[in-house]
Amino acid sequence: MAYKFDATVRYAQSHDWARLEGDLVVCGISDYAQHALSDVVFIELPSVGDTVAQGDIYSTVESVKAAEQVYAPVSGEIVAVNDDLEANPELINEDPYGAAWIIKVKPSDAGELDALMDAAAYESLLAEHE
Amino acid sequence: MADQLRRTALYDEHLKLNGRIVPFAGWELPVQYDHLGPTVEHNAVRSAAGLFDIDHMGQVDVRGPDALAFLQYIQVGDMSDLPVRGARYSLMCYGDGGVVDDIFVYRLAEERWWVVINASNRAKDVTWMQAHAAGFDVTLDDISDATYMLALQGPKAQEILQRLTPADLDAMPFHSCLETEVAGISTLLGATGYTGEYGYELFFPVEQAAAMWNALLAEGQADGLLPCGLAARDSLRFEPCLPLYGHEIEQDIDPISARLGWAVSFSKGDFVGRDALLKLKLEGTSHLLVGFEMVDKAVPRGGYSVALDGEVVGEVTTGMKSPTTGRFVGLAYVPADHAKLGSAIDIVIRDQPKRAVVVRRPFYLAAYRR
Repeated sequence: MAYKFDATVRYAQSHDWARLEGDLVVCGISDYAQHALSDVVFIELPSVGDTVAQGDIYSTVESVKAAEQVYAPVSGEIVAVNDDLEANPELINEDPYGAAWIIKVKPSDAGELDALMDAAAYESLLAEHE
Repeated sequence: MADQLRRTALYDEHLKLNGRIVPFAGWELPVQYDHLGPTVEHNAVRSAAGLFDIDHMGQVDVRGPDALAFLQYIQVGDMSDLPVRGARYSLMCYGDGGVVDDIFVYRLAEERWWVVINASNRAKDVTWMQAHAAGFDVTLDDISDATYMLALQGPKAQEILQRLTPADLDAMPFHSCLETEVAGISTLLGATGYTGEYGYELFFPVEQAAAMWNALLAEGQADGLLPCGLAARDSLRFEPCLPLYGHEIEQDIDPISARLGWAVSFSKGDFVGRDALLKLKLEGTSHLLVGFEMVDKAVPRGGYSVALDGEVVGEVTTGMKSPTTGRFVGLAYVPADHAKLGSAIDIVIRDQPKRAVVVRRPFYLAAYRR
């Protein structure tokens, strides 16, 4: 199976991604994760102003068959939430690295992002699991 | 899980079609085809047609002078008026009224019948049937391994199938069966199915599995026929509220609680479970199966608890976002006094009570009920 990887994001082991945009970190789930979930039908979003620590569950994405938790790839304060996903959760299947970003975080520890995997390392991780 | 998973004769065909294989009732079967997905497969059956590998279902051949008397005794429906070439849904129950399995009964000849049983229950069902055969002049054969089973379902199923069979499908009523040929393969054709659409179930020799599968897929391609996996099969049977063993019915659930009392005949004479079921029918059951719809936004799923004022009082048997209607709905057992339409219940989702309301079943009116 050929998954899509995005060279502009960094990946967590939990199949979540993080992308630095200005002084914010945009977060979502990987193409592998959306593929494993299959057709997404629902997302439970956090609120702007919530703070998350790296590894915290901040959202739940539900597909036709399963509910999967989404983990924060970095720590910080949530400053934006992608409300479009409530009406159009299928965007997570269609455009996981673009239109289906989930939250924007004001990071509290810039070092966390650097410690995540780049696309090549994440691709190797998936290859090991296949 | 000490038992080895079994593969159907179509395993390689599923892989060729990007089938995502999962374990199900002891079998390795496709939950979806990855280039399609559960929603696309589901919608194909509602609007055109879908083809399902359901070889994990079992078949028991029942024949002999006492075949009818035996069947009358081991299942709850009255089969005495089922004509030759008829097919009917029923259940087998234990003495306490709990469900052994739900079944489809086909009458092939005056003294020859087939009982179609669920994959997960095959060994149990056959043992149970044999244990009750003493005293009846009847022969039972588990023909599951030699018999392949496919389902072709949807509004286009008839026209696709008609191009492959000499049988006059227009003359075949719903819930009837016919021995004929399909794609040159000797087949018992049932005008039956479990999706809420008109369609067919095909029984034929296992050696012909790939030939039949590929002939049907090729013939139906231009009509929008798609292969469908277990996920679509589940959502398609759920919307018209067709029960699934292990969910709506089980050993410790009776058909009266499951709202399947219409399948039970108390006037046909004695049968296993009759006394218990009659008592439940007359005195009422503690819980009833209801349909519900979420008021709070959330996806209900089988196994979630039903709560009233923080107290767990029941369980969701199946729930999902219904692909056809877009509604977040489910089936659940609730206390009988909360089974009225409009009753408020809570579904416990990740430790949070989410409000839901009891609504009318089914969520989708089967084509053959319109």
